[in-house]
Amino acid sequence: MRRYRLIEHTADIGLVAYGQNLAGAFANAAYGLFSIIAELRAVREVESRTIELREKDREGLLFEWLNHLIYLFDVETIIFKRFDIKVFDGQRLEAICYGEKYDPSRHHLKLGVKSATYYLLKVDAEKNQVRVIFDV
Amino acid sequence: MAKWSGHLEKVDDYRWRIPRNYKPGMRVPGLIYADENMLQQIREEQALEQVANVAFLPGIVGYSLAMPDIHWGYGFAIGGVAAMRLKDGVVSPGGVGFDINCGVRILRTNLTEAEVKPRIKELVNALFTSVPSGVGSKGKIRLRAGEIDEVLVKGSRWAVEKGYGRPADLETTEEKGEMPGTDPSKVSPRAKERGVPQLGTLGSGNHFLEVAVVDQIFEPDTARVMGINQVGQVMLLIHCGSRGLGYQVADDYIKEMVDAMRQYDIDLPDRQLACSPVESRQGQAYLAAMRCAANYAWANRQCITHWVREAFCRILGRREEEAGLELIYDVVHNIAKIEEYEVEGHREMLCVHRKGATRAFPAGHPSLPQKYAKIGQPVLIPGDMGRVSYVLVGTERAMQETFGSTCHGAGRVQSRTAARRHLRGSDVLKELEVRGITVRAESLPGLAEEASEAYKDVTAVVNITHHAGISRIVARTRPIGVIKG
Repeated sequence: MRRYRLIEHTADIGLVAYGQNLAGAFANAAYGLFSIIAELRAVREVESRTIELREKDREGLLFEWLNHLIYLFDVETIIFKRFDIKVFDGQRLEAICYGEKYDPSRHHLKLGVKSATYYLLKVDAEKNQVRVIFDV
Repeated sequence: MAKWSGHLEKVDDYRWRIPRNYKPGMRVPGLIYADENMLQQIREEQALEQVANVAFLPGIVGYSLAMPDIHWGYGFAIGGVAAMRLKDGVVSPGGVGFDINCGVRILRTNLTEAEVKPRIKELVNALFTSVPSGVGSKGKIRLRAGEIDEVLVKGSRWAVEKGYGRPADLETTEEKGEMPGTDPSKVSPRAKERGVPQLGTLGSGNHFLEVAVVDQIFEPDTARVMGINQVGQVMLLIHCGSRGLGYQVADDYIKEMVDAMRQYDIDLPDRQLACSPVESRQGQAYLAAMRCAANYAWANRQCITHWVREAFCRILGRREEEAGLELIYDVVHNIAKIEEYEVEGHREMLCVHRKGATRAFPAGHPSLPQKYAKIGQPVLIPGDMGRVSYVLVGTERAMQETFGSTCHGAGRVQSRTAARRHLRGSDVLKELEVRGITVRAESLPGLAEEASEAYKDVTAVVNITHHAGISRIVARTRPIGVIKG
């Protein structure tokens, strides 16, 4: 099953992510985000970070989930590639994220992502799809 | 994305109105600065829908404005200007954007193309090495614990006091590089954590350093006041912003305001426009934090300016006094400011959002440095890396019509993904070399995304602002060396 597809946007870049359930779509959105930032093939799963979030609604949760990952990348330069979402109920998300610290000799960074935005942001619980536009 | 097929009323050859009745909920009409050709490009995407959405914001005055470089953004379109009354209006972090005080500055030199061109490769390499750039780049400045708060309050002055640049640089920076009304306690620890290691870095995306040459002077007397004396004179451009610190400030307050909108009973067509009354606790906290981020961005450009001067002097074998390297001006592209305008016959303080737009104050405005009192504020409009850039000045008409604002750049027409599909970074690099432009880029695909083909022609953009009277063209430069993040 396809994890995500990119959306054309003039100034920025967006994606629609799919899943067996919403948690899966959230995980694939995160995978899509890091595919925009870096070439993931050479990234190993040697570091992990646990993320626990609570928000008022699913949209807020998606915004915060992706921006939390962008923040972690910014301060720790960890490129994440696998997202094991343990708890997900639409207002709460707990995940363990796996990846590797950026190593210029083996990793290739592609594009800086400033933030996820709320513009056209959509969480579709029936289709298990999410959509987000990033500011890059 | 679908074309925008809404109805536009022609006001004159350079002005088009989105009537207030286009969408129920618009409080004011939209006004677009464009000619027929530009309008066709603009209609290809949803930027004008965003201009209409901004007109929903409480307290908006006059028009929801769109500059000719307008393009599809998120929330606000990029190239948008909106002014809100303080008493019943709102401030919207999305109306400033994530890269708070993304801006551009231009330095003049006493050297000519003939003197610099033979060393251009060394110069571009030296600039590339001196100024950290690219995704995830970290700076070489080490801040003491808590020193970040000083950066957030003092902006450019912090940098100059540390030896990065000259006291005179402050005079020729918008707001003197130090916006008052800051409060570092309103900037989250997470924002500071992102900001500390990134101070003194260019970043990636459309940020750049450029070695340029004056290739046409349209108003010689005005240009001379800025120290632009002759065709062939070498200039240096620096374009960057507030890095992760600014992005985090925007994230934090958009989140807070999404919640606050329920409290203030504000309903908008796009959550990204999340806002709060200017005078509310959330509005005031955002403005204080945004000003901190703006000051960080100025400190950032100021540190970079210092390394650019050092590299230039080292490679060209000149002392700084010989080389010149004076800062002509530094302008902001993404900001909200409290400014005074005439509204319906009386003076009123307004919160002016400029999202991808440049302040363009006229001659005689009290905020201008003495040096520019008679000519107006220099306005710097960078084009894409393969084409030209412009220096303009602000006008009285901008004060009357656009809350003292004009365009900010070329404006994208092609998405990054499309540019990557159609162009290879290595080809773009070769083509630029053939045209005499030396380029160093952190990322080759990133270079393809920033190719000329992806942008509007900046000449068409500035011509519209010139003919519409909201700024005047003074001089044009073309690049000979480019460093892309």
